[in-house]
Amino acid sequence: MNKHSKIGAGLLALAGSAQALALDKYIPTTDRIGDPAAGWNHLWSEVLVDITIMGVLFAVVLAYLMVKFRRRPGVEGGGVKELSVGAAIGWAIIPAFIFLADDLFVAANGWQLWNLQRTVPADRLEVRLESGMYSWDYTYPNGVRTQNVLKVPAGKPVLLRMTSRDTIHNHYMPDFKVKEDSMPGRITYLWFYPKEPGKHLVTCNEYCGVSHSYMSGQVEVMPPEQYQAWYEEEGAKLKAAAAAPAATEGSAPAAAPTAGAAAQDNKKPA
Amino acid sequence: MNLKEWVFTTDHKRVGILYLIGSVAAFVVAGIMALLMRAELSAMGPTLTANPTTYNVWLYAHGAVMILGFQIPALTGFAANYAIPLMIGAKDVAFPRLNAFSVWLFYMGVILALLTFVIPDPPDVLWTGYPPYSTITTGNTALYTFTVLLIGFASIIAGVNFITTIAYMRAKGLTWNKLNFFVWSILGSFVMQLIYVPVLGTAVLLVSFDKYLGTHFFDPTMGGDVLTYQNLFWFYSHPAVYVIFLPFMGIIMDIFATFSKNRIFNYKAAVYGGVWGIVIISGEVWIHHLYVTGMPDWLRIGQMVTTLMISVPVGLMTISLVGTLYKGSITFETPMLYALGTMFLFLVGGLTGIPLAVTSLTVNLSETYYVVGHFHYVMAVAGSLAIFSGVYYWFPKMTGRMVNETWGRIAFVFTFVGANVIFWTMMNVGVKEGLPRRYYDWAQFPQVAHDQMVMTIGSVIIGIGFAIMLLNWILSAAFGKKAGDNPWESKSLEWTTASPPPHGNWPKPPVLADDWSPYAYAKR
Ligand code: HEM
Ligand SMILES: [Cu+2]
Ligand SMILES: [Cu+2]
Repeated sequence: MNKHSKIGAGLLALAGSAQALALDKYIPTTDRIGDPAAGWNHLWSEVLVDITIMGVLFAVVLAYLMVKFRRRPGVEGGGVKELSVGAAIGWAIIPAFIFLADDLFVAANGWQLWNLQRTVPADRLEVRLESGMYSWDYTYPNGVRTQNVLKVPAGKPVLLRMTSRDTIHNHYMPDFKVKEDSMPGRITYLWFYPKEPGKHLVTCNEYCGVSHSYMSGQVEVMPPEQYQAWYEEEGAKLKAAAAAPAATEGSAPAAAPTAGAAAQDNKKPA
Repeated sequence: MNLKEWVFTTDHKRVGILYLIGSVAAFVVAGIMALLMRAELSAMGPTLTANPTTYNVWLYAHGAVMILGFQIPALTGFAANYAIPLMIGAKDVAFPRLNAFSVWLFYMGVILALLTFVIPDPPDVLWTGYPPYSTITTGNTALYTFTVLLIGFASIIAGVNFITTIAYMRAKGLTWNKLNFFVWSILGSFVMQLIYVPVLGTAVLLVSFDKYLGTHFFDPTMGGDVLTYQNLFWFYSHPAVYVIFLPFMGIIMDIFATFSKNRIFNYKAAVYGGVWGIVIISGEVWIHHLYVTGMPDWLRIGQMVTTLMISVPVGLMTISLVGTLYKGSITFETPMLYALGTMFLFLVGGLTGIPLAVTSLTVNLSETYYVVGHFHYVMAVAGSLAIFSGVYYWFPKMTGRMVNETWGRIAFVFTFVGANVIFWTMMNVGVKEGLPRRYYDWAQFPQVAHDQMVMTIGSVIIGIGFAIMLLNWILSAAFGKKAGDNPWESKSLEWTTASPPPHGNWPKPPVLADDWSPYAYAKR
């Protein structure tokens, strides 16, 4: 993939152009809907068992040797003999093989989850995100814009296509176990699967400036009908405003929300 | 003792001690920054300062000074300078004046870093200095650039010097396979420094070009690209952790051998598989610092595999360490306690790195306190304890006096306990709550209040441990009981000369018997 087209795409996105969606061919799509967050929990507990076993094994051997071979009268040490060539090679190859096998086992599982995380279900809601110091600005397919609140319907995967207008930020949703940087001049994506109605934290996970630690937002997962009603109502309001002569389209910053006020002021220490 | 003699010295032992003094001073300053940060984070909202930039400057100073001012110079400056010529039976390094020049550059770098506390707009770019923030901040990014360049340059010069020294100045009969493991580890470290430091230099220089000279290397609105910097930066900075890791393994390996009175178990596997395995793989894993930056999916997977493969060389060295205790006659003086402490901390830190190698797990863990906890285990505390074990170990050689054992042990207990209290808790809040790092305030995470307090208490405990250690060193250097030439009954060459050794190290160059080895403890 060529860098210039990516940067070009990023610049178009900065200008709020729909052509930024040329990114499509880089997003693999699937008909199945998996659950990346559940997959994460599963792989994490698996790897945790793996490293705990190794850690305990090494620690126990170490502690045993420390006690068993502490200096006692009459014992002078020097017990490790020079290994024969065969033994030396064996003691290198066999452990190396065991470590490699474990690595590949972990890597294979990691890869499987990775494919789930990066392959986006075809039936999805697509929202564009532009981050800035210090807000999250979302644009829905019908042009509705929100700030710091991402409203989504329960039961539908959500794809975020992200860019940034100033420094690098990172859209992190701890409850959905996923994050990706949003960067000026580049477009990135992530997706998540909100299953139940509820509220979830969004927090900035890349140092972006003075108020980095206050740059938060919220994912509001709504019952589908309620979401649909909100979506259509805001869309209609937008249309009406555009028809009116005092349309602000050209002069307003790309990020000015059309729906609701900013959830909070991210610039001020609380 | 006169000051002029020390400042203009070309004796590798004095240069080493100068490095030690400078890097320990840097450690104290950066440690105070850590305590300030922990105090700030102990309660929600503003505590010590109401200005987040102040916190960010502390964080910058803490990270940059700990790595550039303390760990790299303590290992490749102090330990290498003090021990290498003695271990290989040389009277000095190959280029003594160049050596003096590199310690001067290092001091200039440290002074530059300390200017952070006096100039009006100190750098707030953290130790990574990512653009675009580093090119638009009002903070002084140039100070960051030049600190890195000076210390990097010192390191390149030292690299040339030590590689030459090890290659050409070994005592007669000291063949490659008889070198102390520590010598190999320093060799590996400097090879990496020579390859990678120039890349880092380029990256930080271009950032300042962008900020002050109007270039657009990293500015996408003018055809630049923000990720180029991150790729260059980590192309060096991942190997940099091995630049720290190898010598610290080297120190504890030699200490394990001395205090177990044993040869190193499967030495050749640890050298050729371990040290050189790391050097070879080190350049192919940097993407694991860019797992959430939209790098191509295949690359993220490819480097997940290479990153996991690091476990092979690391595992071989670990087996050698553990095996060296087998059938030994182990004593537990302070250097050995610190070395064993390093081993346990490293075990936790190394293994908790495995999830971070897995791209798909890192999309949750990246840039959270889990990462901060993990790298403090492996690098910050395992690395520091290894450095300090080396100081305790060579202390009798450097000063001719013994460190007080009782206080050494007390300091160790505080340090070890405090480290686990803080950094285990960090990993925990990182995984459980997803608390991001580099947060001046944790207002969005009220549930971590208790853990924050625990970590702050832990930092006070570890602070007490380090303070006792430093006081103990100073008092012991002045009043400790006299050490003989070889208080630890080691077979290694540095213990065959006087404590402290005379200029030129030995009256006559040491001559090695055919069956000599630094680990020849076995009775024949
Ligand atoms: C011994 C006591 C120490 C304590 C209590 C401590 C504490 C901390 C804290 C609270 C942070 C900031 C977390 C954040 O806001 O993201 C931090 C960051 C860091 N520490 Fe330490 N630390 C200690 C020692 C060390 C040592 C010895 C090193 C040596 C390498 C080190 C290297 C770092 C680095 C590189 C960072 C990241 C800086 C950045 O985000 O730019 N720390 N430490
Ligand atoms: Cu941000
Ligand atoms: Cu941020």
